[in-house]
Amino acid sequence: MKNPIANLQKVFESRIRLGIMSALMVNDTLDFNALKELLELTDGNLASHLKALEQQEIIVVSKQFVGRKPSTTYRATEQGKDLFRQHLAALEQLIGNQ
Amino acid sequence: MKTNSVNPKEDIQAIREIMERSSKFMLLNSWAGFFAGTCALIGAAVVWFGVLESGALHYDEFLCTVGGSPLNSVTIGLGTVALIVLLLAGVAAIWFSYRKAQKAGQKFWTSSTKRVLAHLLIPIVSGGIFVLILVSRNQIDLVASAMLIFYGLALVNAGKFTSGEIHYLGMAEIAVGLLAGVFASYGLVFWALGFGLLHLVYGVVMWMRYER
Repeated sequence: MKNPIANLQKVFESRIRLGIMSALMVNDTLDFNALKELLELTDGNLASHLKALEQQEIIVVSKQFVGRKPSTTYRATEQGKDLFRQHLAALEQLIGNQ
Repeated sequence: MKTNSVNPKEDIQAIREIMERSSKFMLLNSWAGFFAGTCALIGAAVVWFGVLESGALHYDEFLCTVGGSPLNSVTIGLGTVALIVLLLAGVAAIWFSYRKAQKAGQKFWTSSTKRVLAHLLIPIVSGGIFVLILVSRNQIDLVASAMLIFYGLALVNAGKFTSGEIHYLGMAEIAVGLLAGVFASYGLVFWALGFGLLHLVYGVVMWMRYER
């Protein structure tokens, strides 16, 4: 049997990135503040993890203005969703093997 | 927080918890249902014994014969009671939800709370305005029906973002509202059924499923 660990995605080893992606799997888009409240993180910490996910093309960022306030929203890419599903399947397989 | 070790069980738990928390408003509870139902039944009793003088003023006959100004002691009485019931039930629902969030150590004013409120308020506010239009045209016999239907639509609308019970409560309210339209002279009875009894049933279901 194929080792399920091979399907674990290194990028989701961080619980924070896992959390960001979990939220973006069930919400089309979320803004920075919504993620911050949801995951109870500091601005800098959240921003660095978002940056990492963005660089790997797991999420895309869009910036626009709501009235005069800038608003940054995040969305999971199809590729990102696929990776997340693989990761989740691997986790479930690991539990099954224990 | 451990960040770099693989613990599949904890990871999956965390994923599930975040997905639930970020997508659905799960703070509504049985108390909101019990309180709203009780308020509505008391309100209906006040209307029956107070405003309509225990049936001395027949709901249907009064509604057929009323002419002239839409503002008179009876419509003002009905409107005041309905408004008080709505306010009490709404404030209580928010308060019980807030308390549940506090007990669970969760935040109350989150994006899912805002989303549920917005989806509730759009049909409720349009329904409220429509009811005022009905009253201004002396179509009071359809007011109970309109209130129930718009409230039901609001619940169905918001039901996508909260626990599934709200969706079914909404469907039931719409059904009762349509019946109230067909049997317009029994508006008060259907009003008590929809806003009173159905909320109590909702409360019982929520309590049995999640809180027992």
